[in-house]
Amino acid sequence: MEIKVMKSVLEANEDRAQQIRELLKSKNIYMLNFIGSPGAGKTSLLEKTIESLKERFRIAVIEGDVATDKDAKRLQKYDLPIIMVNTDGGCHLDSMTIEKALEQLDLDNLDLIFIENVGNLVCPAEFDLGENAKIAILSTTEGDDKPAKYPFLFREASSVVLNKADLIEYTNFDRKLFIENVLTLNGQMPIFEVSCTKRNGLDDWYQWLEKELLKN
Amino acid sequence: MHEFGIIEGIFKIIEKTADENKITKISKVKLKIGQMRQVIPEMLQSAFEAVSKNTKAMGAALEIEHVPIIMKCKECGREFVVKNDTYTCPDCGGFKLEVISGQEVVLESVEGERV
Repeated sequence: MEIKVMKSVLEANEDRAQQIRELLKSKNIYMLNFIGSPGAGKTSLLEKTIESLKERFRIAVIEGDVATDKDAKRLQKYDLPIIMVNTDGGCHLDSMTIEKALEQLDLDNLDLIFIENVGNLVCPAEFDLGENAKIAILSTTEGDDKPAKYPFLFREASSVVLNKADLIEYTNFDRKLFIENVLTLNGQMPIFEVSCTKRNGLDDWYQWLEKELLKN
Repeated sequence: MHEFGIIEGIFKIIEKTADENKITKISKVKLKIGQMRQVIPEMLQSAFEAVSKNTKAMGAALEIEHVPIIMKCKECGREFVVKNDTYTCPDCGGFKLEVISGQEVVLESVEGERV
């Protein structure tokens, strides 16, 4: 006999993510999910962004990694709450993990939560964590053809940060082609070309982010 | 999407369904997967075989329906199938789109017998 099930495998994760979303809304907290390949510059971007915002916003970080606390240690110097999550081999964070992390934070005294997802362009985009926005981070040394290979992320993200813009001259990276590739997938995608190490192009990113924060 | 992750997620639902309906041997599992998930059928099959070993679903046939990516243009209302990863309306060129299909990861049905 055939039993009709018609259940989404992701339903449980999505239901929980929605609950997280409602909880954060009630506490007036804005949450961002940073997704990018290993080495793209997620932690570097977080460092710069925290430096820019920490005087005006109370920030916490949920730091996801397969193993080690190296990224969390880099952010310790900012003296803000950091919840370290090791997935022990898992390639993405899910809403259950975030729910547990939020239990360890004082939500009555926070404005902003940054999630640094596991370095991976595939799976993290597929798991709703209850965030307000997903930010896709890539770097120029990874090639200009990445957007078409990861359509899910580029459709779901609210903005794209292209890091290591200062290294373009040493690579085959075609800037125009990259932008075209992104806009073909998502015509309204803001793209920020930055260099975290050289501190170039970050002002536009900060401005966009603050506008988003104040909108909510 | 991570094929093993899908199969593991599905298995929980398969086992619950089998238990609720007193099915002791599963012969077929039907999945509906949207093409935006970029799932590789062979990998899904391998993952299924690995996860179903020594369970009620061991040896069951895995049938996958691949759902095309269909978007609806918010500007002019046209629905279209996405080709070549191009997410712009073929009629008006608009890019404010609503997903109609293509992101599903659904367990459609479970077939089996009470042996």
